[in-house]
Amino acid sequence: MNNVLDIVYWIPLLPLLGCIINGLGRKSLSKGAVGFIGSGVILASFVLSLWVFFQVRGGNVHTAEYFPFINVGNLKIPFAFQIDQLSAIWLLIITGIGFLIHVYSTSYMHDERPEHFGRYFAYLNLFVFSMLLLVMGANFVIMFIGWEGVGLCSYLLIGFWFKKKEYSKAANKAFIMNRVGDLAFLIALFMLINKLGTTTFSEIFTKASLEKLSGKEIGAITLLLFVGATGKSAQIPLYTWLPDAMAGPTPVSALIHAATMVTAGIYMIARANLLFSMAPATLNIIAIIGIATALLAATIALKQNDIKKVLAYSTVSQLGYMFLALGSGAYVAAVFHVMTHAFFKALLFLGSGSVIHAMGGEQDMRKMGGLSKYMKITNLTFLLGCLAIAGIPGFSGFFSKDEILAGAFAKSPVLYALGLLGALLTAFYMFRLYATTFKGSFRGTHEQEHHLHESPAAITIPLVILAILSVVGGYVGVPEFMAHGAHTLSDFLHPIFKDSYALLPAHEADHSTEWGLAGLSSVLIIVTVIIAWIRFSKKPDLEPASGFGKVLENKWYVDELYNAVIVKPLNNLGLFLGNVVDKRIVDGAVNGVGRLVRYGSRQLRWLQSGQTGSYILMMVLGMVLIFIVQFFLRK
Amino acid sequence: MPINYYITLALCLFAIGVVGVLTRRNAIIVFMCIELMLNSVNLLLVAFSKMHHIAKGAAATAGSDGQLFVFFIMVVAAAEVSVGLAIIVMMYRNVHSININFLNRLKH
Repeated sequence: MNNVLDIVYWIPLLPLLGCIINGLGRKSLSKGAVGFIGSGVILASFVLSLWVFFQVRGGNVHTAEYFPFINVGNLKIPFAFQIDQLSAIWLLIITGIGFLIHVYSTSYMHDERPEHFGRYFAYLNLFVFSMLLLVMGANFVIMFIGWEGVGLCSYLLIGFWFKKKEYSKAANKAFIMNRVGDLAFLIALFMLINKLGTTTFSEIFTKASLEKLSGKEIGAITLLLFVGATGKSAQIPLYTWLPDAMAGPTPVSALIHAATMVTAGIYMIARANLLFSMAPATLNIIAIIGIATALLAATIALKQNDIKKVLAYSTVSQLGYMFLALGSGAYVAAVFHVMTHAFFKALLFLGSGSVIHAMGGEQDMRKMGGLSKYMKITNLTFLLGCLAIAGIPGFSGFFSKDEILAGAFAKSPVLYALGLLGALLTAFYMFRLYATTFKGSFRGTHEQEHHLHESPAAITIPLVILAILSVVGGYVGVPEFMAHGAHTLSDFLHPIFKDSYALLPAHEADHSTEWGLAGLSSVLIIVTVIIAWIRFSKKPDLEPASGFGKVLENKWYVDELYNAVIVKPLNNLGLFLGNVVDKRIVDGAVNGVGRLVRYGSRQLRWLQSGQTGSYILMMVLGMVLIFIVQFFLRK
Repeated sequence: MPINYYITLALCLFAIGVVGVLTRRNAIIVFMCIELMLNSVNLLLVAFSKMHHIAKGAAATAGSDGQLFVFFIMVVAAAEVSVGLAIIVMMYRNVHSININFLNRLKH
C-alpha cells in the first residue's frame, strides 16, 4: 500500500453495508442485532476517520480515483474521493456525532415494531453514507450524489411515521424545497462544465483555471451555488422546511440539524472558497442573507411553544451565523461554528428527545416545567448545551460565535451590531426554553408526573459525551488575541483557505478592539441570560400570545405568504391544466378524432345500402357526369 | 339510309334498357334490359362498320372489325347470361324470390 489513505473508501462503504444488511434483514434480525450493526458500522467509520484525521494533520492530502464514472466526449468525471483537512473535519463530525445519535436511537426508538426499527436504522445508515459521499467526493458530481442522497434520506426519515398525513406532508415539503435549491446547484454545475470542462475540485480551484472565467460568470455561478446552499442549509427564502422537519423522530432531527444535511451548504461554500472569494458581490449577498436569516429565525424562536420547534428555529438562526461568517470571508469561523454547533445542537436535540421520552411524547413546553428534579443528567447536560449555544465565555459556542462576530465587524460594524442582537436573542430564547422546561413547577397531568423518570444509559451516555464536547470543544479555536498561536483549527485548515485569504483584503482589528468586542458581547449575553432566567423560571408565559407576539408565534406568517403567493397559484394552475387543458383540450382532441371517424362512418354507411338499384343509379349518374365533363370541358 | 336513323334507334333502345335496369326489381327483367343495352351497342357497331366499308371500300378489311366486336359481345353476353341465370336460379332456391332489392343482406 503506497498510501495509508488508500482504504478511505471503507469510510462510506461501511454505513452503506449497514444500510443494506439492516434494510434487507429488518424482518429477521432482532432489535439488538440491528442496533449493534447500525451503530457498529458508524463506529468503525469513526475510527477510520480519526485515523484519516491524523494522516491529513501531517499534511498528507489525498485524492483517489476508483473508476471512470462519466465519460462523454472531452468531459471525464471519475468516481474519486478527495481527503483533505476540510473533509477530515466533516468526517469526524458526521461519524462521531452520527455514532452517538445511533446509540441514542437504539433506546429512543425501542418501542417501534422490529421491521420499522430495522427500516429506521437502514435509513439512518444511508443518511450517514450519503453525507460521507458528499464530503469525500473529489468533484461536484460525486458531491451532488451525496447532496441528493441526504435529500432523499431526509424525506424518508422526516416521513418515517408516514401513517400520519401531516408528517408525510412535512417530508414532501423538505424534499420539494430542497429540489428548488438543487436546480440552482445543477445549473451552476453545468455552467462550470461548460466553461471549464471539468468538475474536479483540484482542477477548478486553481487561480489559472478560475482566471478563464469572467467576473460575471463567477458571480452567476457563485450565486447559483449559494441558492443551492440556501435550500440544503435552510436560509431565506428556502428555510421553512426545516422547522417542519420536526415531524421525524427526535434523533433524526439531531442528525439533520447537527451533523449532516444542513451543514452541506456550508461545506460546499467552504470547499469552493476560492471561487467565492473572487466574487465579492456574492459574498455580500451571502452575508446579508445570513444575518437576515439569523435574526428572522431568532425572533420566531422567541415565541414558539413546541420544544423542538424552538431548537429548529435556533438551528436556522445558527446556520445564518455560519453564512454570515462565510460572507465575511471568515471561512475558518464558519467551519468552527459548524463544529461547535454540531456538539451543542446534537446535545440539545437529544436532550429534548430525552424530555419528550420522559413526558410520554408531549412536546409542548407549557405542559412541562420542573423537570430538573426528575431528570438530573438530562437537566445538567441540557443546561450546559444552553450555556454553550448562548455563548457564555468559556463554553464552545462563545469562541466560535465570537470569531464570527469579529469577522463580521471586520466587514462592517452594522453586521456586527445585528449579529450581536441575534446572539442576545439566542441567549434569551434558549433560557426561556430551559427555564420553562426544567424550572418552576410541573404543569402536566398527574399520570405524566408519575411516569417521569431519567432516561436509560443509551440515552444519557451520548448526552454526557456531547456535553463534555460542548464545553471543551471551543478550545481548539482560542482566538489570537487571547493566546498567541492557540487557534489550532485555523492552523489545521490553513492549506484549504490560504489562497482565499491572500485574495481577500485583510481586516485585522487590533487586539484591544477585539477584547472590547468580546467583552461587550459577553456582558450583554450574561445579562440577557439572567433576565430570561428571572423572567421565566418562576412564571412561564402561558398566556396566549397577542399583538406582535402573535406574529412571531405564527412565524411572521411566512408559510402563509408562501402558500398564498406560490403554493395556491401553482395548485390552481395545476387544477386548471388538469380540468380544462387536459380534460377539455387534450382529451377533447383525442375523443374528437374518434367521434369524427364514427360520425363519418355512420354517414358513409348509407351509401353501402346493398340496394342494387341505387348502385346502378350511381353508375349511370357517374357516366352522365363523365359525358358532361367530356362534352363541355374537352373544348 | 342515313346513319342518323340507326343512331336514334340505338339511343332509344339504350335508354329503354337503362330505364328498365333502374326501375325494375325482377332480376330476369333487369337481365333482359342489360341485353337490350348491349344490342343497341351492337346495332351501332354494325351500322358504323357498314358506313366505314362504303367510305373506304378499297381496303380489303375495311368495316370487318366492327362486326368482329359484335361477335365478341354476343359471346361474352351469352357467357354472362348463363352465369347470371345460374346465380338467379340458386337465389330463387334459397329465398324463393328474385327481387334484387331483397339481396342486400351482406351488409349486416
